Amino acid sequence: MKIHINGSIKEFKGGKITAEELITQLNLSGKRFAIERNGEIISKNYFAGIYFNDGDKIEIIGAVGGG
Amino acid sequence: MADKISNMNDKLVIAGHSFQSRLLVGTGKYNDFKQTRAAIDASGSQIVTVAIRRLNLGQRPNEPSLLEFLPPDEFTYLPNTAGCYSSDEAIRTLRLARELLDGHNLVKLEVLGDPNTLYPNVVETINAAKILIKDGFDVMVYTSDDPIIARQLEDIGCCAIMPLASLIGSGMGILNPWNLEIIIDNANVPVIVDAGVGTASDATIAMELGCDGVLMNTAIALAENPILMASAMKKAIESGREAFSAGRMNKKLYTASPSSPIKGLIK
Repeated sequence: MKIHINGSIKEFKGGKITAEELITQLNLSGKRFAIERNGEIISKNYFAGIYFNDGDKIEIIGAVGGG
Repeated sequence: MADKISNMNDKLVIAGHSFQSRLLVGTGKYNDFKQTRAAIDASGSQIVTVAIRRLNLGQRPNEPSLLEFLPPDEFTYLPNTAGCYSSDEAIRTLRLARELLDGHNLVKLEVLGDPNTLYPNVVETINAAKILIKDGFDVMVYTSDDPIIARQLEDIGCCAIMPLASLIGSGMGILNPWNLEIIIDNANVPVIVDAGVGTASDATIAMELGCDGVLMNTAIALAENPILMASAMKKAIESGREAFSAGRMNKKLYTASPSSPIKGLIK
């Protein structure tokens, strides 16, 4: 299946993936970030129970230097 | 009132949070995080602005992040909406920031109107502020130096009004002190000059006008020696604030007044 992450298409095995699994695969475990799926924020408290599906649009954001 | 030489109790209070420093600084345009941290330490700032952006997913797992150099338990983070040109974009960005920062709701709202001048779009800004305040955010708002817009933003419930002194990143200084004074005279929430300061004297002038604080980034980050400039800005803010609190002498356009006695002159 294909998921859009931060504007790029990424392929994953199977038909769905939990938010927790996605984070592990992207080497983001232990990092500070926030996730939005199809325009809705996913609370970090629910990562284990949230499934991403084919065609989902995911944004993963963090804080960077800015004025 | 007794003369006082200490301003220790003179705090900047924003949405119930109290700060000793009246200098707010951005974290962009530095060479690296080490320099960012050193400059912020030299500035004495307690409030730092950050931008919200897509994570670089290709980065190495151990690559340092801004948050490691500026721990959020050591500073008050002020996530901004830089780069947003509509109220929808700004609201989306700040909701993500709140999730990122564990429910932190003090934010800097800026909605831009034009990529060349980065001048604020005050109509979109007002629309965004209304929704964000309803959603529980404490909104510090970047705006033009229009006193009527400033009053409307306060009436909506913004916790600090942040007019530009001149264009973002321009270093042109305080271009319209009169407008700033009108905004300050009419405001019941902190007025913080945001954008346009170029050097220490600009910051002092803003504070002497009665601003409650100054927010800057480029003036420090793009100085030849950012850490020394950060130190200069700290003093400039304190100096301007003390001069404002002390109450300056009246200007006399036509009457000179000698400081030495006019009696006892040797004739």
